Amino acid sequence: MLIAVAVIFANLLADLTYNYLDPRVNGVANGEHNTGPNHKTNGCSFLEFWQTFSKTVSALSALACLPVIIFLAIFAPWIAPYDSSSSAVFQVGDIYNPPSASHWFGTDDAGQDVFSNFIFGARISLIVGFFAAFISIIIGGVLGLVAGFFGGRWENFIMRFTDIFLVIPDLPLMVVIVALTKPSLLNIIFVIGLLGWTTTARVVRSQTLAVKSRKFVLRARAVGAGNGHIISRHILPLVMPILVVQAVLVVSLAILNESALSFIGLGDPTTLSWGQMLNYAFGRGPCPLGMVGVVLPRDRHCMGGVGVDPARAGA
Amino acid sequence: MPGRPTVEKDRGEAQINPTKRTVLEVQNLSINYISEGKPPARAVENVSFTLKEGELIGLVGESGCGKTTLMLSLLRLLPSAGQIVDGKVFFNGKDLTTISEKELNKIRWKEISIVFQGAMNALNPVRTVGDQIAEAITKHMPDFPKDKIQGRVIELLDLVGIAADHKEHYPHQYSGGMRQRAMIAMALACNPQVIIADEPTTALDVMIQAQILELLDNLRKKLGLAIVFVTHDLGVVAEICDKVLVMYGGVTAEYADVDTIYNSARHPYTQELLKAFPDLTKPKKKLSSIPGYPPRLDALPDGCRFAPRCPVAIARCHTEQPMLHKLGDMHIASCHLVEASK
Repeated sequence: MLIAVAVIFANLLADLTYNYLDPRVNGVANGEHNTGPNHKTNGCSFLEFWQTFSKTVSALSALACLPVIIFLAIFAPWIAPYDSSSSAVFQVGDIYNPPSASHWFGTDDAGQDVFSNFIFGARISLIVGFFAAFISIIIGGVLGLVAGFFGGRWENFIMRFTDIFLVIPDLPLMVVIVALTKPSLLNIIFVIGLLGWTTTARVVRSQTLAVKSRKFVLRARAVGAGNGHIISRHILPLVMPILVVQAVLVVSLAILNESALSFIGLGDPTTLSWGQMLNYAFGRGPCPLGMVGVVLPRDRHCMGGVGVDPARAGA
Repeated sequence: MPGRPTVEKDRGEAQINPTKRTVLEVQNLSINYISEGKPPARAVENVSFTLKEGELIGLVGESGCGKTTLMLSLLRLLPSAGQIVDGKVFFNGKDLTTISEKELNKIRWKEISIVFQGAMNALNPVRTVGDQIAEAITKHMPDFPKDKIQGRVIELLDLVGIAADHKEHYPHQYSGGMRQRAMIAMALACNPQVIIADEPTTALDVMIQAQILELLDNLRKKLGLAIVFVTHDLGVVAEICDKVLVMYGGVTAEYADVDTIYNSARHPYTQELLKAFPDLTKPKKKLSSIPGYPPRLDALPDGCRFAPRCPVAIARCHTEQPMLHKLGDMHIASCHLVEASK
């Protein structure tokens, strides 16, 4: 079920990203005031965007990376050579095996195939990443819109509240909260989501302020539209591009945060994520031949985090 | 193209009735801009006018004399710093300055709509023009059959001379004149009784300007619309207006029907304004300008607001604010000299 939701969410993200790449929206996001009847400038901005993007090696490699990881996560049971969730009985000879044809990345201390664990670990990392980012974006987006649109006392209150959250060092606070509550998957998602919205709120607020002062908002008011209508139909479409960029950024941050939490032993012990694998590899001391079990998860986990990040940077 | 049955049904009764009904009546309206730590800026003071069905009133004045403030205040659309401190705005007997926001939202656009200045900024760049025209219809006519909305949008665009296939286009794909006409189509969407046109022809070339004026004039005759026309172009005023309200520095300088203004203006500002405007019958005549600038709202003169620039000012003008003097049935001027000559 979770996977189904993840797929839907990935689709949604793709749609939104498409919107962002849409030349019309893009032109607006850059604050272009196109006064002429000629819309070439807007068409060009997409071309320019692509030209810049395609020249950036990190952006291109990230663009290639991300779908691969998402693909691996979604189709893990079909791709992974072994089922890492099965509790089959292992022989002593199976543990700490070096890489071989049957175990590409070797086996770990429990005799499980490290390659299969990578692939299944992608699932948890992505689920945490996307859901935590989803929570962050919703909270940050709503607070930013409300603060920017209504202004006055509400804005002051919300933005000072944001400042408070902004100055708290995220990771130590996460560690404390997860340590106090049960380190379950859901708790980790909530903790990361509830602490990662601050930048989004600030960015969304500033964009809302800019859009609010445009004349079509006054026109919408003259049409007799209420605040809800103005926000959803006139302000949100112009804040959306920024929100999407922010969402991608938060996804990568959330994946890294989850890995960090898992690595220091605060991950959900019943699930297997990249951070969890690092933790096991680190804590259970793989034998020299199985060193590959330490090195590879770290690479993979960087690939995940880095894969999302430059895609955002390029965008 | 089918006719506009909804419109004719609405207006039919009124057209039979020869005595025209007053739709909009503004009484002694005063608006202050309030900012902390400063005395309030008196942007508009004691302005009154009435608008009857099918009438077109011109609101004339230099930039910054409160025309747009006055216009926005009619529907209470001013930013929160701008407050109506005195006066009333009656629409069909209802005082718009006191009714609730909810009631006002029903009148906004349904009864009184606005054609905004600078149509590019008044259109949302990420939504199609057709979608934005439909917005007002869905908002105010929830009973309007959903499948007929698109037809209605095409009808409205056709009315202002825009081809139906432009419906799905975005504002940046329109030319300047088309945008302005699309704004007018939008203003007509709910068959309003009053349209406030805020400099609808500014920044357009003369041909498009003529088209738009003709369009507004036709609509007025066809639909019995009452129009408030904000402009600083006296030529346009002479062309289409019935009445003229000349504003200077936020106050009424002169208010009369269009013939009186052009033939027997009494306020020195109106006279100077007319002298600054080319006359086709006297091509050799030199144009004169009014030296100086309109008063700043934070440093208004003690006496008449026009006194520092007035060529015929007397001592009294610099110390005492002139009252509004009634000079006839439909002629008001605020000048000490007018009082002296009465």
